[in-house]
Amino acid sequence: MTLASQRSSILPDRITTPTLRSFLGGVPSVDDVGAAERVAALSTRSIKRESKLDALMMMIRMMDLTTLEGQDTAGKVAQMSAKAIRPDPLDPDVPSTAAVCVYPNMVKYAVQATEGTSVKVASVATYFPSGLADTDLKVEETSRVVNEGADEVDMVIDRGAFLAGEYFKVFDEIRRVKDASGEAHLKVILETGELGNLDNVRRASMLAMAAGADFIKTSTGKIQPAATLPVTLIMLEAIRDFFEATGVMVGMKPAGGIRTSKDAMKYLVVLNETLGTPWMTPDWFRFGASSLLNDVLMQIRWVKTGRYWSADYFTKD
Amino acid sequence: MSRLDVKKTYKLYIGGKFPRSESGRSYPALNKDGEVLARVASASRKDLRDAVRTARGAVSGWAGRSGYNRGQILYRIAETLEDRAGTFVEQLTASGSTSAAAKKEVGQAVDRLVWYAGWADKFAQIYGNLNPVSGPFFNISAPEPTGVVGVIAPEEPALLGLVSRLAPVLVPGNTTVVLASESVPMPAITFSEVLDSSDVPAGVVNLLTGSKDDLIPFLADHMDVNAVDAGGATPNQLTRVQEGAVHNVKRVVAPDGTGQSPYRIAAFTETKTVWHPKGL
Repeated sequence: MTLASQRSSILPDRITTPTLRSFLGGVPSVDDVGAAERVAALSTRSIKRESKLDALMMMIRMMDLTTLEGQDTAGKVAQMSAKAIRPDPLDPDVPSTAAVCVYPNMVKYAVQATEGTSVKVASVATYFPSGLADTDLKVEETSRVVNEGADEVDMVIDRGAFLAGEYFKVFDEIRRVKDASGEAHLKVILETGELGNLDNVRRASMLAMAAGADFIKTSTGKIQPAATLPVTLIMLEAIRDFFEATGVMVGMKPAGGIRTSKDAMKYLVVLNETLGTPWMTPDWFRFGASSLLNDVLMQIRWVKTGRYWSADYFTKD
Repeated sequence: MSRLDVKKTYKLYIGGKFPRSESGRSYPALNKDGEVLARVASASRKDLRDAVRTARGAVSGWAGRSGYNRGQILYRIAETLEDRAGTFVEQLTASGSTSAAAKKEVGQAVDRLVWYAGWADKFAQIYGNLNPVSGPFFNISAPEPTGVVGVIAPEEPALLGLVSRLAPVLVPGNTTVVLASESVPMPAITFSEVLDSSDVPAGVVNLLTGSKDDLIPFLADHMDVNAVDAGGATPNQLTRVQEGAVHNVKRVVAPDGTGQSPYRIAAFTETKTVWHPKGL
């Protein structure tokens, strides 16, 4: 059985908006209060000393160091890439981040700056962050960033179409962007802050995974709320359901609003409790973040020296 | 029918809020006869960490205000303190002061604030300078705030000591993390309520009660604290502050009483000098 047919094994034979609607109607609805209680209980876990240090290092290995500002320049991207390769020049124990995440125009500079290193280049695409463009244009943009050397593509779904119930449009767009991505990993951004409720988050997750997403990602970071623990829990549970139904592993990337290592630690706990160790690697879990990195570096120094640190001693990306 | 007393919970003051210690610990504040007056929060190192973080966040806002405006706010603290003088006299008397001494202490604390309030828009003229240089330049020096300052308040006088060490640190635009008198903590906590209702921006003064011996090492070692006023430190505590200060070259001011002096303001400033071409 090929991977594509494995994925589509949970889908109806003929894929149209009505059949997708009944497929998504079969996705169980979410108990909001239960989800909030579950993450609240998991958030009280305390991770100490060696385990804490391991977790902090893991956070860096899982990080997509991100700059998605209108004011980005080639210089900014080069500087951030240098930081991604060597986050703490004074501490050889600190690993590189998983990837840098940039706008399409910045891909070539990021590729140049990370050449010969383990740091991958992720590009947002499909007219990020709104995703309101013709599907052909989105596909073309995707091909272009892949040709320029992006290893990973972060696409946005058309939230308007999803909320209006045009499921085939959303599904078809993801499928076509996946084709255009070729070898590159496709992360599908659901922009959960615009989906309204957790039921929609769960349905959009299933739709994206069935359409070919290698990763599902919470947010663009441009809309509040961005990543939250309940949303992440629901997406992780959707990944588990999808894996049980099809045998296909899909990765997860919470992004936006994760600024402290204390927060990031909670995500790792929820990940471990929901999907377990097979997913506890940068291949299957990523943090989309920018200011998180310095906080993690400061925590590592705290664990190693017993002194609280200051942002003055770390580069500002 | 007699009514039950409503006992007050004495909490910390961090970032304009009154949280309990994250550790959940408290300790008894005793009067001179060893009787328990109240239980007050015992801050942990994590409370200290939170306090430093919020103080750091408040620096740019506080330092960015005009000296005139900082003076207004310090004067406002004096007004509110005067208004609540009765509470302070009660608390100081309960801790063993005579009524006359307590009244005198509160009055002095109010006056001290007024005195420093006046300096807020004047110290820069005294400590700044136009330096003579041999070249076509204006060479100007101006004092700027040091940043986040830890203040170890004297054990006694609990109120006057606290005010005398705190006010000059605030004048040039520093933000503070204060370790209050451990033996007489209640006036400091009531003082935080005064601060909270005197237009002092959140995070500019963060006030912790608890064991100084437990907290001082983490304050002294903290890389994001730029100076420590060890006004209320014992000789051993002062040594610990000085040892910790080497890591980021903190300025340490040793205990020297509770008087008032413009040099106390200067101690928590850095001099910035700029060269500006002349005759262009």
